[in-house]
Amino acid sequence: MLRIMRDSIYRGNHAARSSRHTVSFERDYNSSLMQSVIVHNLWKTFGTTAAVKGISFTADRGEILGLLGPNGAGKTTTIHMLLGLTSHDQGTISILGLDMPKNRYSILQRVNFASAYVSLPGNLTIDESLYVYAKLYNVRNPAQRAREVLTELEVDLPGTSLIGTLSAGQKTRLNLCKALLNKPEVLFLDEPTASLDPDIAIKVRELLKKLRRNYGTTIIYTSHYMHEVEELCDRAIFLARGTIVTTGTPAEIRERSKLNSLEEVFVTIARNGELRDQEDREAQ
Amino acid sequence: MISRIVAMVLRYMFIYKRSGIRIAELIFFPLMDLLVWGFVTLYLEQVTQSKAVLFMLGGIVLWDIFFRAQQAVGMSVLQEMWVGNTLNLFVSPIRPHELIVSTAIVGFIRASITATGLGICAYTLYAFNMMDLGLALFPLFGLLLFFGWTVGLFTSALILRYGEAAESLAWIVPFLIQPFVAVFYPVSALPAPLQTFALIFPCTHIFEGMREVLRGGGIPWPAMGASFLLTLAWLCCTGTFFARTLIYVRSKGYLTTASRG
Repeated sequence: MLRIMRDSIYRGNHAARSSRHTVSFERDYNSSLMQSVIVHNLWKTFGTTAAVKGISFTADRGEILGLLGPNGAGKTTTIHMLLGLTSHDQGTISILGLDMPKNRYSILQRVNFASAYVSLPGNLTIDESLYVYAKLYNVRNPAQRAREVLTELEVDLPGTSLIGTLSAGQKTRLNLCKALLNKPEVLFLDEPTASLDPDIAIKVRELLKKLRRNYGTTIIYTSHYMHEVEELCDRAIFLARGTIVTTGTPAEIRERSKLNSLEEVFVTIARNGELRDQEDREAQ
Repeated sequence: MISRIVAMVLRYMFIYKRSGIRIAELIFFPLMDLLVWGFVTLYLEQVTQSKAVLFMLGGIVLWDIFFRAQQAVGMSVLQEMWVGNTLNLFVSPIRPHELIVSTAIVGFIRASITATGLGICAYTLYAFNMMDLGLALFPLFGLLLFFGWTVGLFTSALILRYGEAAESLAWIVPFLIQPFVAVFYPVSALPAPLQTFALIFPCTHIFEGMREVLRGGGIPWPAMGASFLLTLAWLCCTGTFFARTLIYVRSKGYLTTASRG
């Protein structure tokens, strides 16, 4: 199927007739198949404040990418731009090979989002709410799929419970259930474990690992819990004041910064807005 | 598309399934209006021997059809803000026009419940039979729904733009036009300069048409036609306003915050 698509693209592309161009096109095409999210030179300004200043990054299929940084670093604005909630001023966003916002609704059908700070309608019951969202995502057998995600996340509350009466942790878990209804190819999570007790937080992390392992789900993840990032993320991007300060695997970031933990990296970036390597610090 | 519209209709109807208070709210305030103004006009009719009570009761019932349709569309975004669900909704694949169609369907259901309830009460209390409007009742009802949805769309745009701060606007927008659209009195009762102004509103023609029918005339097709064309024009304007507002709030990041001062 992919080969047919690629061939048909080749046939329509005059530039691809030269072998040099063909090689380059094939390389770009293959990398775009590998990468679920490609962000290039993304800018966003609110009034006179630049919230995001020309950041570029990618997330591979099946990768868990941590988007980290202190409050006001631009993490949430970036996620909102990736989801098409906020429009970007400059740059390009490609998700699953589609341009955001040009293909907003095709993308939104295949991705999902959960945040500890967003709730499902408090005046609906658990069953009603998940049924409504399953239908919004055009899920087959909505009631059955709702039961499946509830079981997967070990939400053993009666389906007739009103969401407004649940605890913060229960609401967060339910929001995660909503985010899994359409078996998303890319999952955006904004501090998903912020209000969970440690036991449930561990279960959520295990579930995210399972999602990646079983379905190849790409997960873009913000969190202030650095131990969680070290455990879960393949790669992390540290943002401060709208720019990327450092990026790499947690081990690479620790090694490069000569700091003992991501927690220390975080604190350093939060206090200085940048991350100098050890030589710089000693020289200073 | 159908699945998403059904989902949103269910989202609003589930609330009514459980809440007797919400259903009562559909009837309570319109009924209070009907009681107060019905008895006032009944008294006036005794004094003046006019058809005032017919016109007044017809006006009350039809106005509530318009108001319920406007509220269903206009308050939907606000309701999502109240329950903190805006973000989840706007990251789902529902298109804005699907959201509006679903709220319009809810508006139709709400208006039907209100109209039926008021119709029964008006008949019981004042022997006013809505069916006296005959076949004209259907185009009158349809056109009022259509314009109610249109005004609701304008209200939704205001809510998107100003957030919860525009809550009061959502309630008062219909009442801003009420004095000019000849609900309870004919256009001729307005001062001359306001009469022309009144005619730019589709519902003015509907209420004038209602009085013509109650006077014994046939279906006032010219008034219906004028109302339909005006509503289309209004819909184009409010649709454009809504679309531009959506672009604006996305550029400002307002979709992610309920309160914008």
